[in-house]
Amino acid sequence: MSNVEGSGRPTQHEGAAQQDTSLTRRGVLGIFGAAGAGALVSTFTGPPGVGPVSLVSEAAPEVLVQRGSGWVGAALSRIDGPLKVRGMARFAAEFALDDMVYAALVFSTIAKGRIATLDTGAAEAAPGFVLVMTHRNAPRMQPMVPFGPNEKAAGNDNLPIMQDDRVRWNGQPIAVVLAETQEQADHAASLIRVTYEAEPATTSFAQAKANGTEGAVYFHHEIGDAEAELAAAAVSVDATYRTPYQNHNAIEPHAVTVAWHGDELVVHDASQSVVHNAWSLAHILGIEERQVHVTSPYVGGAFGGKFMGSHQVLAAAAARLAGRPVRLTLSREGVYRMVGGRALTEQRMAIGARRDGRFDAIIHTGTATHTRDSPHPEAFPFVSLSAYATGSLKTDLQWAFLDQVANAAMRAPGEAVGSFALESAVDEVAVALGMDPIELRIRNEPKTDPLNGAEFSSRNVVKAWRDGAERFGWAKRNPIPGAVRKGEWLVGMGCGTASHIYNRENGGAARLTLTSDGTVTVDIATHDAGMGTETAQTQIIAENLALHPDQVEFRLADSAMPGLVAGRGSSQTTTVAATVVEAKKMLVAELLTLIRADSPLAGLTAQQVGPRNAGLAKLDDPTRHETYTAILTRAKRDKVTVEASPDEPTEMNERSMHSYGAMFCEVRVNAVTGETRVSRMLGSMDCGRVINPKTAASQFRGGMIMAMGLALTEHTHYDERTGRIMNPSLAEYHIPVHLDVPEIDVIWTGIPDPHAPMGARGIGELSVTGTAAAIANAIYNATGKRIRELPITLDKLM
Amino acid sequence: MKNVAIRINGSAVAPPADPRVSLLDFLRETLHLHGTKKGCNQGACGACTVLVDGERIVSCLALAVQYVGRDIVTIEGLAGQDGPHRLQQAFIEHDGFQCGYCTPGQICSAVGMAAEARRGLPSHVTDDLSARRIALTRDELRERMSGNLCRCGAHNGIIAAIAETYARAAE
Ligand code: FES
Ligand code: FES
Repeated sequence: MSNVEGSGRPTQHEGAAQQDTSLTRRGVLGIFGAAGAGALVSTFTGPPGVGPVSLVSEAAPEVLVQRGSGWVGAALSRIDGPLKVRGMARFAAEFALDDMVYAALVFSTIAKGRIATLDTGAAEAAPGFVLVMTHRNAPRMQPMVPFGPNEKAAGNDNLPIMQDDRVRWNGQPIAVVLAETQEQADHAASLIRVTYEAEPATTSFAQAKANGTEGAVYFHHEIGDAEAELAAAAVSVDATYRTPYQNHNAIEPHAVTVAWHGDELVVHDASQSVVHNAWSLAHILGIEERQVHVTSPYVGGAFGGKFMGSHQVLAAAAARLAGRPVRLTLSREGVYRMVGGRALTEQRMAIGARRDGRFDAIIHTGTATHTRDSPHPEAFPFVSLSAYATGSLKTDLQWAFLDQVANAAMRAPGEAVGSFALESAVDEVAVALGMDPIELRIRNEPKTDPLNGAEFSSRNVVKAWRDGAERFGWAKRNPIPGAVRKGEWLVGMGCGTASHIYNRENGGAARLTLTSDGTVTVDIATHDAGMGTETAQTQIIAENLALHPDQVEFRLADSAMPGLVAGRGSSQTTTVAATVVEAKKMLVAELLTLIRADSPLAGLTAQQVGPRNAGLAKLDDPTRHETYTAILTRAKRDKVTVEASPDEPTEMNERSMHSYGAMFCEVRVNAVTGETRVSRMLGSMDCGRVINPKTAASQFRGGMIMAMGLALTEHTHYDERTGRIMNPSLAEYHIPVHLDVPEIDVIWTGIPDPHAPMGARGIGELSVTGTAAAIANAIYNATGKRIRELPITLDKLM
Repeated sequence: MKNVAIRINGSAVAPPADPRVSLLDFLRETLHLHGTKKGCNQGACGACTVLVDGERIVSCLALAVQYVGRDIVTIEGLAGQDGPHRLQQAFIEHDGFQCGYCTPGQICSAVGMAAEARRGLPSHVTDDLSARRIALTRDELRERMSGNLCRCGAHNGIIAAIAETYARAAE
């Protein structure tokens, strides 16, 4: 991990049984020898005729004719795979620093009020005790700045962090105990005695609604008189859909290892926002941004749950007080207490249609739970804005405020739960009309964006539907509910549309260094929490510079690198790709300044040349070619470095840009027990160009599996009397397991988006949308029972 | 220290003095073998799976001092001298992970699972409970691997990798 090993960092313990971990991400390939190299490219079927690119300038002319190197679209195995399968990728809680102490937290057990007494005496007398930090001795700190206008803010709330005796939610950290070992810290923390003066708190949804809701202005839209159109419609559906609280539950709990070196803070974080977190910590602690160095080379899943949180702040503050490095790992319970998830929603979804199926009215309104301090709106009506052609439209989002941990963005926030309501209601309209639900969707396909009339950049969802229906065998579906039975099992098929808005962030920036051995290093402070960023971007760089991926090193997730690219909104691939394209342009321009009169490229302009076969060539005469190595060697340069940032992302201001999918599901529902098993799933995606089919397919499947949990099992239970989460554990919060997951088929249209960098739109969140409705609709087809409240547990089907 | 040591990846290691230390924390915090992961610390996720005398256990629910005289293999000990375990290679090829955090547990669990099937131990989905050898069908694999959670959703790739490595061998 050469990218995180800055000078002056504490040395790491080397235990007796420890393997050598002083390897770069790529370096471990050496351990695999020939097998390792095979692992990297073994499944690469690659562009025809292009083997590993020759590094010598006298390459055969026919190879020079190749555009780029053809690596985009190749099924490359993950570059970090050899490290990860050996357990050698080092995560945030795996940096052992000299003199390090362990932290344990104490959480409040009331939702609102003040701490009356706080007795730490027994804890302080416990073996191994080092320090206890409470509001009494915590350093004075600013609150976090939540996501919002400040582009470096990535906080989830703006509450004081251990600055006063106030309790604001049930589960708020009220003490940090440091000790020599984790066991000693946990034990000492258990000895702390707290009493409270409780105050009335709003801890139930009903009470919160009764207190009065507030509208989220940005999500209120009206086109025409939707209520009147609905009332007059030949066929209509008007129903309430409910979705519960849910949590991300990345398998790696939030963790941070921090050390102060004088006034400089080094943070090994599990984060999807390293630069944001460095800025945030500096702001909170009252130091300069350059005094904080955050790295996060490996993150064990994030899903929107690993931005800036109070645990990093508590660790840094406690480390400062103790004068020793601190490791703070949240327990699984601690993750639930301190990191919010999806809000609860109660949605009114209404559609009015003509007899021929055309929609005259779409109404998507309702209420989501919220905290006063959360920046995340759980904007479920958003999904209805660009979905279907309609004569009239009304959307509205009300917030009901509770005293609980701030709700957060969880993979496809708003859209995951909003699409459950919309796509269920479309299915209900199809049933009412006696029309096939796919044909109904196609009949209402808009020509331009229904909200503002903007052109679509690229919308091929009809093709996705047709291709998917054929592949899934949709024609074999019996439209009569409850009609297909195999023994005890009722069988049904359902579908739903996935859609997710295109995003590209403003903060793309990269440092690209080309060395005279023909290899390139690109540094961008972006993130890979399993999305495959490193692999996909390596391919994009290889393609753009006409290199082999082995000649490319992509380094990421270090706040000292250029770029302000949080892993959010499915925007990393587009943001980084645009940056790489810009860096290529700058590199070409820079290299041309080095061209000498005796070069085959002499006299050519930037418009006339481009990367070909590990060098530059004249675009219309590729025989005029010179390798990067030759150019640099001739110019007596070891390396060339450029720093690039792309133009502002205006493409989405001018047009309506989304990724789409046609999601199919087959379920079997046990007629006796009500148990639902998903037996088949297909995602037919329209997401622009696919950079890596292997990692993309996995990401699509992962989203569909998360939506399976959303639909069938996942539910964070709050005790509505106390505001306390009752199932803060993976034993009682049920995510899909292997036996729940069938083999999932994924196909895509493969149509590049002409307005997106590299033709690719984001895909990280897309398949979480539409899928829960596809499952619910399949359950309706199987049983005749329309369940409008998630999760669809056995009791609702019995 | 033959009789008072724990063998970990072939090396004899003295057990911790503090009897509260779990095998998982002993591996990670004392020996710095971070390949074994902690996802829940309560036996619910399988990220901490290691092999004890060839059997899979969740090391977060095991006290290290109980394992004196036993032979522990962790993900770091799975690869041989000549390269990775073939299951590790199959995970790469079948994309059996995204973030990689559940991966060491999945791999160790699969090794132990295959041994259970070879011994004829039936599972919830085994039809013939008296079979001497279990055919590792996809359903058997999915059932037997269900104690290892993956939140990224790499399930298909995980099962494909295990099937390629073990299903044919067991049939
Ligand atoms: S950490 Fe042991 S089962 Fe989760
Ligand atoms: S790969 Fe991330 S939890 Fe399995």
